[in-house]
Amino acid sequence: MAQVTLSSVKKVYAGGVEAVKGVSFDIPDGGFCVLVGPSGCGKSTLLRMVAGLETISSGEVSISGRVVNQIEPADRDIAMVFQNYALYPHMSVYDNMAYGLRNRGTPKDEIEKRVKEAARILAIEGLLERRPRQLSGGQRQRVAMGRAIVRKPQVFLFDEPLSNLDAKLRVQMRVEIKKLQRALGVTAIYVTHDQVEAMTLSDKLVVMNGGQVEQIGVPAEVYRKPASRFVATFIGSPPMNLLPAAIDGPGIVALGDALLEARDLKQNLASGTKVEVGLRPEDIEIASEGQAGALPFDVEFIEELGATQLFHGKLAGQPFVMQAATGDVAAEARRLWISVDPDRVHVFDAQSGIRLGRE
Amino acid sequence: MQKNAYFRSLTIPLLLLLPQLAITVVFFYWPASQAVWQSFLLEDAFGTSTQFVWFENYQSLFADPGYFKALRNTAVFSTFVCVFSLSIALLFAVMADRQIRGAEIYKTLLIWPYAVAPAIAGVLWIFMFDPSLGMLARGLQSLGIAWNPRLNGNDAMTLVILAATWKQISYNFLFFLAGLQSIPKSVIEAAVIDGARPMRRFWTIIFPLLSPTTFFLLVVNIVYVFFDTFGIIDTVTGGGPAGATETLVYKVYSDGKGGSNLGGSAAQSVILLVMVIAMTAVQFRFIERKVNY
Ligand SMILES: Nc1ncnc2c1ncn2[C@@H]1O[C@H](COP(=O)(O)OP(=O)(O)OP(=O)(O)O)[C@@H](O)[C@H]1O
Ligand SMILES: [Mg+2]
Repeated sequence: MAQVTLSSVKKVYAGGVEAVKGVSFDIPDGGFCVLVGPSGCGKSTLLRMVAGLETISSGEVSISGRVVNQIEPADRDIAMVFQNYALYPHMSVYDNMAYGLRNRGTPKDEIEKRVKEAARILAIEGLLERRPRQLSGGQRQRVAMGRAIVRKPQVFLFDEPLSNLDAKLRVQMRVEIKKLQRALGVTAIYVTHDQVEAMTLSDKLVVMNGGQVEQIGVPAEVYRKPASRFVATFIGSPPMNLLPAAIDGPGIVALGDALLEARDLKQNLASGTKVEVGLRPEDIEIASEGQAGALPFDVEFIEELGATQLFHGKLAGQPFVMQAATGDVAAEARRLWISVDPDRVHVFDAQSGIRLGRE
Repeated sequence: MQKNAYFRSLTIPLLLLLPQLAITVVFFYWPASQAVWQSFLLEDAFGTSTQFVWFENYQSLFADPGYFKALRNTAVFSTFVCVFSLSIALLFAVMADRQIRGAEIYKTLLIWPYAVAPAIAGVLWIFMFDPSLGMLARGLQSLGIAWNPRLNGNDAMTLVILAATWKQISYNFLFFLAGLQSIPKSVIEAAVIDGARPMRRFWTIIFPLLSPTTFFLLVVNIVYVFFDTFGIIDTVTGGGPAGATETLVYKVYSDGKGGSNLGGSAAQSVILLVMVIAMTAVQFRFIERKVNY
């Protein structure tokens, strides 16, 4: 019902800044789409074009099959939660939530019913008489959510709604947002630069860079098969190790003297082609010296993360990080022999950074 | 941890306060106390002897119909000037706020009148509306409107209201513009998404959020029309015709001019002083409480 479709959407700001350079994707009804990318990549701009707060330079945005380019934000049947919450400071919490309904001429008792219902869902019933300045950050966040849900919109838009909260509250609200969206069955577009939020919330993940889409997919797929070097290093923490290498034969890359098997490697690549090999720190396994495919890793120092430890050092002369559960590997600087599941070896074109995978 | 810096002895703080204290004493407390003292004295017509008369000056003031006429003139004058200068300035500020490009030029042009001395502003308006020379007066006359501020009291009042409003708009504009620009853009955007059309948005979001600015300006403007408009009235009408534009502050001057009624003039200025103190007190109380959202 509320499917959102973007086709070749572009945004050129006055002054010539090309913030969004032709983006196309669609979100199914009830889907949760997360736009993630580094600062300045055009996420907010894209979201604001869907909201109608920015004009669309070219391309089309449609909601439920209706092109909305020329339609006022108020008539697009959307609600937005802003990073700074954007509550009306001079109105009570009740009035903040009721404002949108009053503007639409909703009957008074219906307004009261909906506001009470939203307040109950968000557990802010006791705060309805307060002003925004008398609320904590987390409570303001809930009111902002409440203002969005009372209107029963077809699409929720979120622009970094959790970035002003502390780490613990952020995790809690993240779970609540997801639950709420599921329960209401509303289509959602969520902008963040936090990859944990991106991975956990989305069922469609859009990774953006420099105004363009780098990859679209379900989060697990984006994690397992990053489409480019950029996505590979952006998604995953600590970031993926990238090492210069060369093609040695079908399914084999040469990393210095060592040979590494890569199952997802494009065929018919000429031997000697320069590539980059990507290995996630959490995919590294301990091997024994002399085992086939074992690589020597010289550990220089160790970071304690509690449940896991990060081993920093050099592999084939390049900086390298390995992650292991605390206690699995003796924490001391020395030479380790490591190996990687051939399914978890990523190969990228050295120049373009595009994944060299099987079609 | 010491939170505030402090001085070991009293000498330095006193020295630092001295210039400000001196200015306040010389330019405020001393003349104010002189005025209070003077308001209890009666001088004879030749200024040869003075007599302490308690509240006689005040009594004769309240028996004088001319004083109530000045009071009424002041009420009319200040109401119109405040309402016009505030609402026109707000309108300009809203327009400038929307049009951010080119706003600089617009702002600069709007600020100029504030830099013009009251007497010069007055002269400018005399020229424009002079019944025999003024372009605008001619225009009015050609439309069949009889216009002569030299003879007609209402015309004269209209003219000083226009001149005083014109001069105050730029000041109000600056404060309104700053107030508008301090409203977060996202709050306005939230209202747009919430379906509030521009007019409704203005009255339900922007205007309430501007209310601290509006209230501050209201008090400043009342003080302005009570006192600062002296120069304009003096150059444009000189209080005439027949006292039609004589406001309270102008009457203080004309009664005291040439020493004809120094005691009465002093009594009037004491009353004005009390009014200003009252207004300032109200302002501080309100700013602390009600207007805060
Ligand atoms: N009003 C504007 N006028 C001109 N350029 C703009 C405007 N707003 C944003 N930009 C530019 O467009 C690009 C994308 O901005 P956008 O706000 O969409 O980034 P973002 O991905 O949301 O970043 P962040 O994570 O920091 O919020 C940036 O280069 C920015 O400088
Ligand atoms: Mg942003």
